[in-house]
Amino acid sequence: MTGMDVKNTPSYLYWLFCQFELITCSYLMEPWEKVLFYSFNLAMLGLLLYTAYVCVAFHASSAFQLLCSFLGNPRGNALSVLK
Amino acid sequence: MVTATKLSNNQKNGVSNGTPYKKTFIEHFEQAPMYVAVFTFVGFAVGTIFGYLRDFMRAWGLEKRNIATERAQQKDFVPLYQDFENFYTRNLYLRIRDNWNRPICSVPGPQFDLMERVTDDYNWTFRFTGRTIKNVINMGSYNYLGFAETDVNALKTVTIELEKYGTGVCSTRQEMGTLDKHVELEKLVATFLGVEDAMVFGMGFATNSMNIPALVGKGCLILSDELNHTSLVLGARLSGATIRIFKHNNMQSLEKLLRDAIIYGQPRTHRAWRKIIILVEGIYSMEGSIVRLPEIVSLKNKYKAYLYLDEAHSIGAVGATGRGVVEYFGMSPDDIDVLMGTFTKSFGAAGGYIAGKKGLVDFLRTHSHSAVYATSMCPPVAEQIIRAMKCLMGLDGTTQGLQRVRQLEKNTRYFRRKLHEMGFIIYGNDDSPVVPLLLYMPGKIGAFARRMLERNIGVVVVGFPATPITESRARFCVSAAHTREMLDTVLNALDELGDFLHLKYSRYSKSAHPELYEESRLELED
Repeated sequence: MTGMDVKNTPSYLYWLFCQFELITCSYLMEPWEKVLFYSFNLAMLGLLLYTAYVCVAFHASSAFQLLCSFLGNPRGNALSVLK
Repeated sequence: MVTATKLSNNQKNGVSNGTPYKKTFIEHFEQAPMYVAVFTFVGFAVGTIFGYLRDFMRAWGLEKRNIATERAQQKDFVPLYQDFENFYTRNLYLRIRDNWNRPICSVPGPQFDLMERVTDDYNWTFRFTGRTIKNVINMGSYNYLGFAETDVNALKTVTIELEKYGTGVCSTRQEMGTLDKHVELEKLVATFLGVEDAMVFGMGFATNSMNIPALVGKGCLILSDELNHTSLVLGARLSGATIRIFKHNNMQSLEKLLRDAIIYGQPRTHRAWRKIIILVEGIYSMEGSIVRLPEIVSLKNKYKAYLYLDEAHSIGAVGATGRGVVEYFGMSPDDIDVLMGTFTKSFGAAGGYIAGKKGLVDFLRTHSHSAVYATSMCPPVAEQIIRAMKCLMGLDGTTQGLQRVRQLEKNTRYFRRKLHEMGFIIYGNDDSPVVPLLLYMPGKIGAFARRMLERNIGVVVVGFPATPITESRARFCVSAAHTREMLDTVLNALDELGDFLHLKYSRYSKSAHPELYEESRLELED
């Protein structure tokens, strides 16, 4: 493995980018096609990250509220049926 | 003819692959990990989407049209350019078109000169800059024994014949085109192969496509291997016989077809087939695999079929003295009914031959389309084959021919072993000089060929439709004229490129399991 550098150096990231280019055939595209393809990919990635952020934040906050209601408010649970 | 067989018996020391020193038959067709197939499809999907986008832009006039389109008067007829082949050519092949049809301007020896060619508009048009790229290492020409040479001493007899006969024959074999050179060459080919008689033709492709129709016709059955060359397929289709395909080198598939043919006969009438002929090749040029000849011959003898063996790539390249797959397996040429081969690959000339029993060759002399209509081989080319064959047989007084065969064998073994150790996926038999290296992804085809040319090495890359769509490859042809330094240069370049392009998919090589091959473990070393 003579050409490979250790992880997380700029040349390794460049090599990963080259692999992405080769696998998705963007190596063969003309410049304007590359711009279109990368902007589409970045838009999709941004949308995915935003969806994950929203989903995870909402899910985590509702799970936290449920936990708080179990611990901090005993009148709100099923045992309050007994008077 | 009897003297010829006596001579060959006296000069042999015994059968080369007979017991007890049987050679093992090792062939590899390793499958890559699953993620490779997924990435290949991703690549093709992106290419197809952009292909549709570009077609849309061209149809609506947003982009200049350079492609073939119908004229305005043809618009209401059936569309001509909408099928998959044209779509693929326009949008995928065109992007990497600069790696094919590269013009060379020297003899295709172990090194050659390329004309430098650039494109200004992304492979629609090319222009030559006028410079030549010198001494590119040639890993693509079929020059197995290195007879494509310009050495004046080697070509002395060819020059004499050129001055005596000129270049044109200007006639067909049956009219006035049979020269004494052809008779001499045919006798020499028959002696070389150990058969009764042979006939030579001017073109290797035409030998197959014009002679199979003469041998079989309607009412006959052709059993042809899956991966046969286009010339065999064309000859089979032109003949009008029924064609059935068996899986590549798969004897169970062939036996099943033979049994069904004999049990059920012809399709509607159930009469027996007039003739059953099996078409196989010696070495398959896209896979590098060698045919399983002993098993096919035993099947053919059991079911009373005929065998047509196309030794285009194997004559001169395998076998202890270069006599092809028949010698490689230690069999006698009497077992094969029709021996066919070409002079293009190992002899540095052009043309083909068909050899076998005298009755067969006499029939072909009168009934072959090639003999009646095609111009015969020109005399300097015939002389080149004669001198190459005499060199191989040792009749010119030197051992140069045998040295070439040995050098090719050594080069093949070395090249294949090193590529295997590095971790590439290589197809084919360990003894075949054709080495396909799998690339799989369409993006890597273009990158590989361009970067190898930057390092001054010329390779041939193949994609769809010559190979299955997921298995594109680079095909190397090892030559006896390659020196160890040239092979080492190529191997170092392949090592670097393999790391950069991530081509080392093999899971069974030394580089995948280095702990098994430590120097301290002496019992595991060969």
